Amino acid sequence: MSKNKQTAGHKGAYSSQRKKEGEGRSCIRYRCGLTNTIQDVLNQRPGWVEVKDDGEWDFNWCDVGWLRENFDHSYMEEHVRISHFRNHYELTRKNLMVKNLKRYRKTLEREAGRLEAARCDFFPCTFVLPSEYHIFVEEFKRSPGSTWIMKPVARSQGKGIFLFRKLKDIIDWRKDGSRSEEQKDEAQVESYVAQRYIENPYLIAGRKFDLRVYVLVTSYIPLKAWLYRDGFARFSNTRFSLSSIDDQYVHLTNVAVQKTAPDYDPEKGCKWQMQQLRQYLTAKHGFETVQTLFKEIDNIFIRSLISVQKTIINDKHCFELYGYDILLDQDLKPWLIEVNASPSLTASSQEDYELKYRLLEDTLHIVDMEGRLTGKEKRVGGFDLMWNDGPVYTDVGLEALGSSCLVENTLLDLEKCSIASLAHQWILCSEWVPSE
Amino acid sequence: MITENPVDITSVLMDESAELSVSVTQIVQRLKGTHLHSQLEKQAKECLHKPEIKLETLKDDVRRLLKASGWERKLQNAVYRELHILPPSGHPRAPPEHTKEPLEYMCKAQVNWEKRILKSLNSMCTELGIPLARKRPVPEQKELTNKWNEMGTDEPGNADTNNLTCSRLHLDVLVGLRNPNNERSEDLTVRSHWGLIQVSLNVRDIPQMREMYPELGLTYGQLGIDDHTHVPPDLFESEHIHIGKKVVSEQDSAAAQQYSRQGCPTGLRAQLWSLILNTTNDPEDITHYEQLKARVINHDLLVDNLIYKDVKLTASNDDYYFVFEDYLYQVLLCFSRDTAVLEHFSYNSATPPKSCIQNSSGSEQCAMVYPPNGVIPFHGFSMYVAPLCFLYNEPSTLYRVFREMYIRYLFRLHSVSSHPSGIVSLCLQFERLLQTHLPQLFYHLREIGAQPLRIAFKWIVRAFSGYLSTDQLLLLWDRILGCDSLEIVAVLAAAVFAFRAENLMEVTSLASAEAVLADLSTLKVMPLLQIFLFATSV
Repeated sequence: MSKNKQTAGHKGAYSSQRKKEGEGRSCIRYRCGLTNTIQDVLNQRPGWVEVKDDGEWDFNWCDVGWLRENFDHSYMEEHVRISHFRNHYELTRKNLMVKNLKRYRKTLEREAGRLEAARCDFFPCTFVLPSEYHIFVEEFKRSPGSTWIMKPVARSQGKGIFLFRKLKDIIDWRKDGSRSEEQKDEAQVESYVAQRYIENPYLIAGRKFDLRVYVLVTSYIPLKAWLYRDGFARFSNTRFSLSSIDDQYVHLTNVAVQKTAPDYDPEKGCKWQMQQLRQYLTAKHGFETVQTLFKEIDNIFIRSLISVQKTIINDKHCFELYGYDILLDQDLKPWLIEVNASPSLTASSQEDYELKYRLLEDTLHIVDMEGRLTGKEKRVGGFDLMWNDGPVYTDVGLEALGSSCLVENTLLDLEKCSIASLAHQWILCSEWVPSE
Repeated sequence: MITENPVDITSVLMDESAELSVSVTQIVQRLKGTHLHSQLEKQAKECLHKPEIKLETLKDDVRRLLKASGWERKLQNAVYRELHILPPSGHPRAPPEHTKEPLEYMCKAQVNWEKRILKSLNSMCTELGIPLARKRPVPEQKELTNKWNEMGTDEPGNADTNNLTCSRLHLDVLVGLRNPNNERSEDLTVRSHWGLIQVSLNVRDIPQMREMYPELGLTYGQLGIDDHTHVPPDLFESEHIHIGKKVVSEQDSAAAQQYSRQGCPTGLRAQLWSLILNTTNDPEDITHYEQLKARVINHDLLVDNLIYKDVKLTASNDDYYFVFEDYLYQVLLCFSRDTAVLEHFSYNSATPPKSCIQNSSGSEQCAMVYPPNGVIPFHGFSMYVAPLCFLYNEPSTLYRVFREMYIRYLFRLHSVSSHPSGIVSLCLQFERLLQTHLPQLFYHLREIGAQPLRIAFKWIVRAFSGYLSTDQLLLLWDRILGCDSLEIVAVLAAAVFAFRAENLMEVTSLASAEAVLADLSTLKVMPLLQIFLFATSV
C-alpha cells in the first residue's frame, strides 16, 4: 500500500518543471486501443483527454491490427505520436528477425572480421520453414539427438509451439489431418521457424526461467534506444527435465502458458524482479561474471536494433516499446529468444500492475508530448539511455577522481528505487532526528 | 575490578585464569573427538617424515610446519567456533540447569510454553490418527527417493494444521511473564515501562551499543550505504572487497566475523558466512547429510506435516522464496532428524520434548526425544532457511550453514530466556528504545490500542526474514553474524518505527498502524540503523 509513495514523488518532481516555449500543449488528445494498464496511465495523466472513434488525436496507443489497417491512410501532423513503427515486424516476427540478423552478421564479418561477427552469435541456430527446409535438414542431421523447437512466426503467448527430436515428428505434423485447414494453409506460407532448443538452460532451484526486458526506441535513424531497469525473470512452474519434451508447461515460461498449467497457483506469481536475479547470480558467480553477463545482454539489444536499422521505415511520429525475451544457458551466455512489439501490459498481480504502470508512465515521459525534456537527458524515470547514435556513457563524477574509465549508462536492475524516492527517505530521516 | 586490596586483585585474576583454564579444558575436551583432531594428528605424523624435523626441536618444528600448511588456522577457527557455543561458566556448584537459564521464573515459563506445544502436538496426533513416527513401506521409500528434488510438487498429506503454533500465542506467553520479586504497580507513570514486556532485564541502551558496535558508526564505510551507485567505488567499496578477498584466502574465522560488521560483498558473502560459522564441506559432512536423508526416506515423522504446512503457508507464498521450496524441504526434513542438534540444549533454556515410543509389536516403550532434534517447527520456521537459499545451492552446505546459524542464534528467538539475544530481551530492548527516544509516538500508539510490540513482534521473531527485501535482509544478517548478537534486530525494529513516525502519529487505530507498517520491502536497512544508533541525541 505505501508503495504509492514512489509514483507520488515522481509526479511531484515533474509538475514543477517549466514548459518549453511554444512546445507545450495544454490538452493532449489520445486514442487508446487497449483496455489494460495503459488505459489507466493515459487516463490519469494530467491534461490528457481521450477521444473516441473519428476524433482527431495527438497521441495513439494502438494495437498492431489497427496500425496495419490505418497507418498508411492517416495524415499525422508534426507533433503527433503513435506507438508502433510501420514495419516493426522486421524485428518482431521470428522469420524476419532471423533474416535481418543473419544479413547483419554477414556484413559485419565482411567488414570487421570474424571476431566482431561472433558478437552476433546470440540467437540459436534458426531456419525458416518451409523455404529453408533443406538446409535445416542438413544441419539437423549434423547434430543427431539434439532437440529443436518449432515456433509459429506470428503467434504469441506460446501458442502453437512444440519440441521435436526426430525429423519424423515434423513430417507427421505437416501431414497431420487433425489440424484445421487454416493451419495447413499457414504452413504453406513461410510461417514457422525451427530453432535449436537450448538444452542446458540455467536453472534456479531446478526451474527454468527467462528474462523479460523492456527497450524503448524513439528513433531508428539515428538510433535512439532506452533500456528500462526493472525487468523481471519468469519462472516455469515445474522442474526442468529433458525427458518430457511433450510437457509444454516445463519448457515454456510465458506467464500466459503457465496460467493454464494444472498446478498453477495464481496467488503464487512466478516472477522475480531483476534485482533478485542479479543478487542470486552474483552470490553464486561473483560480481565480475555477472557484470559481464549484463553487458552481453546489452549487446543483444543494441545489435538486434542495428540489424534492422536500415530496414525499418523510420518515422519521427513513431516510437515503440519492445519486450525482449532472453534466456540464459548454464555457461551464463544470454540468448535472444524473441522480441515483442506488443509486450503484455495486463498485470498478473498488484506488484506487476505497479511495475507496468511505472513503465508506461516513464515511456510517456520520454515521448514527451508535453515538451518538458531538454533532449540531453540520459536517465528518465526508470529508463536509461542505452544508445544515442553511439554508445552512451554515464558521467558520475569520475573525472573528479581522475579515473579514465568510462562506465556504460545502463543499470539494468541495480537501482530498485529511483533517486527521487531515496531523497525522500533521507529527508524524512533528517526531519525526525533532533539537531545535536 | 578496581580495588585497593592487592589480595583481592590477585584472587580476581586467579579466578579469571581459573575460569580460563576451565574453558580451555572444556574446549580441548570437545575438540578431542572431532574429525579435525584426527586430521591434525595425521598431519603431525606426516610431518615427522619431513627432513626439516629435528628431534631436539620436535615440538616447535611440527608446530611451525602445521602453521605453514594452514592447519593451525583451521584449529584456531575451530576453537573460535567452540568459544561461540560454550555455555557461560557459572558457579562451580550450580546445577547444569543454571547454565541453561539462571532465572527461575523464566524457566517455569519456558516449561509451561513447552507443555502447551506438546499438548497441541499430541492432540494433533490423536485427532488425525497419525503416529508420531512410522517406518515407510518400501514402495513409498522408492517414490520419495525419486521425488527428492521436487517434493514441492506433492500435496501435503494431512490438511488441517491449526496446530501449527503461531506467533500470537508466543507473544501472549511473553507478555504474561512476571518476576515474582518485583513489586507490581498498575499505575502508569513516567518511570514505568509502557510496553507489553513487564520484566526487568539488562538490555543495552544506545550509548552502550555505540561502544559495543563502533563499526556500525558514521565514520565507518558500510555496505548498504557506501556501495550505493552514486558513491564512487574508490571511496570504500573497492577497498572493502579487496580486504574481503584477503580474509577469504586467509581462511580466518575471527577476521571474517569482524569484517562482516561492515557488510559482506554479494560475491563473497557465501564464503564469508561459511567461514564465520566454521562450516566445512568435507566428505564427512556430505556423508552426514546423506545419512540424514536416508533417515527421512526410511521414516515418516508427524512433525513432517508441520514442516510441509509451514513451507506452503509462508515460503511458497513469498514472491522471492517460492523458487526454493524444494530446498526448504530437503533442509528441514533432515534437520528434524539430526540428533547432533541436541547438543545446543546445554545452553538453550528449552528442553527437548520426550515421548514414549512403542515399537510395532506394542511390547516395548521407551522415552525418546521427539522429534530427534528436539525442535518442534512452528509457523514461519522455514523463513529461517529461505534467505540462505540465495547463497548456497549445494544441499549439504546449505544444511550445515543453517544448522550452525540455528544453534548459535536463531534458537533464541523462540525460547523463553533471559539471554541478551533472547526473544524476551529483544522485545524489551525494542520497547525501551522506543520509549526513551520516541516517547510521544509510543504514548500515542499505546493510547489508540496499538502497542508497538504487537506489530513488531513478528519481525523480531523471524529476524525480519520475509519482511525486508532479500538484499537488505542479507545485509542485516551480515551484522547479526558480525556483532555476534541479535540485538541489531531490536534496534532495526525501533528504527523502522522512527522512520515512519510521522505517519504513525496520524493513525487512530491498530489496523491503520499495521497498514502503515505493512510493507517494509522498500526500506534500506543500514541508513536506518546508523541514524538510529549514531545520530540520535542521547
